[in-house]
Amino acid sequence: MWENIKDFASTFFVTGDPLIYGADVSIVLSMVAIVFVLTKYKKWGWLWREWLTTVDHKRIGIMYLIASLLMLFRGGVDALLMRLQLAFPNVEFLNSDHYNAIFTTHGTIMILFMAMPMMFALFNMVVPLQLGARDVAYPFLNALSFWLFMLGAMLFNISFVIGGSPDAGWLSYPPLSQNEFSPGPGQNFYIWGIQISGIGSLATGINFIVTILKMRAPGMKLSKMPLFSWSVLSSCIMIIFAFPILTVTLALLFLDRFAGAHFFTMDGGGNPMMYLNLIWMWGHPEVYIVVVPAFGIFSEIVATFSRKKIFGYKSMVWAMMIIAVVSFFTWAHHFFTMGTSASVIAFFAISTMIVGIPTGVKVFNWLFTMYRGRISFKQPMLWTIAFIPCFVIGGATGVMLAVAPADYQYHNSYFLVAHFHQVLIGGVVFGYLAGIYYWWPKLFGFKLDEKLGKWGFWFWNIGFYVCFMPQYALGFMGMTRRYYTYGWDRGWADMNLVSTVGAFMMGIGFIFQVWQIAYSIKNGERDTTGDPWNGRTLEWSIPSPAPFYNFAVVPQVKEMDDWWATKEAKANGTYKEEPAKLEPIHMPKNSGIPFIMANFWFLVGFGFTFGWVWMAVIGFIGVFACMWARSFQYDTDYYVPVEEVRRTEASLGRVV
Amino acid sequence: MAQHHDHGHGHDHDHHEEHEQLKVLGFWIFVVTDCVLFGTLFATYAVMMNSFAGGPTGQELFQLPGVIASTFILLTSSFTSGLAVLAMNKGNVKQLIAWLAVTGLLGLSFVVLEVTEFMHLISEGATMGTSGYWSAFYTLVGTHGLHVTLGLFWMTALIFQLKRRGITAVTRRKITNLSLYWHFLDVVWIFLFTVVYLMGVM
Ligand code: HEM
Ligand SMILES: [Cu+2]
Repeated sequence: MWENIKDFASTFFVTGDPLIYGADVSIVLSMVAIVFVLTKYKKWGWLWREWLTTVDHKRIGIMYLIASLLMLFRGGVDALLMRLQLAFPNVEFLNSDHYNAIFTTHGTIMILFMAMPMMFALFNMVVPLQLGARDVAYPFLNALSFWLFMLGAMLFNISFVIGGSPDAGWLSYPPLSQNEFSPGPGQNFYIWGIQISGIGSLATGINFIVTILKMRAPGMKLSKMPLFSWSVLSSCIMIIFAFPILTVTLALLFLDRFAGAHFFTMDGGGNPMMYLNLIWMWGHPEVYIVVVPAFGIFSEIVATFSRKKIFGYKSMVWAMMIIAVVSFFTWAHHFFTMGTSASVIAFFAISTMIVGIPTGVKVFNWLFTMYRGRISFKQPMLWTIAFIPCFVIGGATGVMLAVAPADYQYHNSYFLVAHFHQVLIGGVVFGYLAGIYYWWPKLFGFKLDEKLGKWGFWFWNIGFYVCFMPQYALGFMGMTRRYYTYGWDRGWADMNLVSTVGAFMMGIGFIFQVWQIAYSIKNGERDTTGDPWNGRTLEWSIPSPAPFYNFAVVPQVKEMDDWWATKEAKANGTYKEEPAKLEPIHMPKNSGIPFIMANFWFLVGFGFTFGWVWMAVIGFIGVFACMWARSFQYDTDYYVPVEEVRRTEASLGRVV
Repeated sequence: MAQHHDHGHGHDHDHHEEHEQLKVLGFWIFVVTDCVLFGTLFATYAVMMNSFAGGPTGQELFQLPGVIASTFILLTSSFTSGLAVLAMNKGNVKQLIAWLAVTGLLGLSFVVLEVTEFMHLISEGATMGTSGYWSAFYTLVGTHGLHVTLGLFWMTALIFQLKRRGITAVTRRKITNLSLYWHFLDVVWIFLFTVVYLMGVM
């Protein structure tokens, strides 16, 4: 009996690695600390009422933000471990298996559990406010999306200490991801972690499409809608077409592993190439899903900080919509070298280059907006300016990769690694950081400290070029991706060392940013105006932090950049004050079901990961019970009385 | 929160109608995503169409009469779900519930027939693990069957709610969505019947 338990424990828990024992200890310690603090200060009730059951899109946005910053930390530590291993030739810090696991978790976490939630954080924090709406279309579903993401991410992350991490790359190509080569639970953690959070992402896509189409303030025609909201619409359209493909792909891979099916196996009529096609039909749009909202953010910021209307509004909208469509026709550029006909390759090479055109249009629009503007170099603007050259270089190397014959040279080399980090960090991460700096005061009521932020900014930026420029060269020198070590004779040593130094500089940048947040919570400049940047769009017309019902009176939109127009009219004295009439505000009630249901999904995933069908069945029953319970709930909303609205506004310094 | 009922009901009512309309639109978009899901499964099936790996083929094992019977049953259930909506529009709860019950029973017999068919195929030696073809077959047809089963649960829940609350803005929206879902599954089945069974035996 004792022997059995020991046996089980030694396969269940990952053993034998000091890093992992370290993680075990820190996980246990932080759990104990959290439980202790919550109990000591009697905060359990508060946690449940204010956060776990909330359906307020702003709070959900904040939770997404916290989760994504934690994941940026975890993915960043993975990156630093890899860079340490590669800093010198013949390092024996990580063995090859461990290296495989780390680049897999790094890639997966960065894209699915860092970039996606950070994007959803911004959707939630901004879109309804920008539209002059009180809420998203489906607040309950929104909470459910968040908890599905969260529990999926947790499921993926515990693989590090329980059962073992996946190690077949972030896209998990078969046959490597099949049972023969990836026995054990690692790959199942990958499948279920992504599957569960993916369902949440799909729901978010639907939610924001309807929000944008139907919840805009009266008078805000689509042609007057702020560009960030347009970019969210474009991204969500891609989500609803791409994510079902991912759902199916992961399900088929799971059937191969769990039920002995033959979709992607080498025998039994399976076809591994089919996996590549399917995963990239999701995967390529996915990279546009995360980058297009960054374009929207830059458009808002450039206009605000140049004190000018955005140049080429219409062409911006068209560019984003074209990207949403064309991104679905480029997927095969990820495997040019695997052998298909020349005409197929030509089609995908050309379609890939076509995506570059709308992107170029956007860059020129931003530049023209800045031209002769009165630019103020606050943090959001700094990140925006840094983004432009970075993204242009990344785009250019992307086009180089799209030249199919040349791709035979670059394919899977460090050139590629440098390219995609350049667009992902320079485009996505810089973009989201800019957005977070920009909208932070609206959510939290204070600004992030400029000085610490500038340190963070410069460390990130210089570190970025120091880290990734050498990698382009390494690619030409023949270093391929996913090497875990190399010899002195290759001549790659100096470049790799430089690259590692750059990576650590970015790490320092991140530390500055964490410090900056901690520091600003106490000492940050409070935003009493609600409009700290002299903004143009509706979110700046309400107090900061935004009250839970957003707008005490639903705004009537007349112009594009309506808030700017209002301010101008006030300055000119042409503004006609209309008497505000307060009405009771219709709001959704909190609900514990999303949280509970996501936990049952976790059980489903965990059960299937270890092949414990009984546990998965319990999980499914729980999920159904939650849906059933929700279906029978009719009393799901309430009205905020006028008195309360008046009181809340007064406490934020407004008279209505 | 207790003030809920004190407000002008005219305003209240409009608000609810509007919210329910919103949910119908969302459901349409959900159906679009489900189309993509089935589209992907159909594409997979097409790729696997001839991957028998020496195992049995569909032509050898399919028994069309049973499948044609299920097709008729499902089509009829779609028709009766339409009758349910008509009853709802007339405001006749009893009739509405009755038609839903008929639809549910037809759906149930469809599922039973499908399970029987699967058991027959398995006994003939065609399982998920037999070949790529059968993996794709069970996944595609099974996913549709699972959708129908889910629809049955939903229908049952709605019958209870209608009994308790009658026809309101909320139950009306739920029935609208359910019938949309049901028609959609019908359409998927027609494709399935053509691509999998008819082309399979040809
Ligand atoms: C912050 C600095 C970062 C550093 C220093 C870094 C470093 C690395 C390294 C060393 C690799 C492994 C390359 C190889 O051996 O093949 C890698 C792979 C990867 N990284 Fe990063 N990374 C960073 C940020 C990011 C971000 C922000 C993203 C996405 C949003 C990202 C996405 C990926 C992906 C998808 C892979 C491929 C994983 C695979 O091969 O399966 N990385 N990164
Ligand atoms: Cu691509």
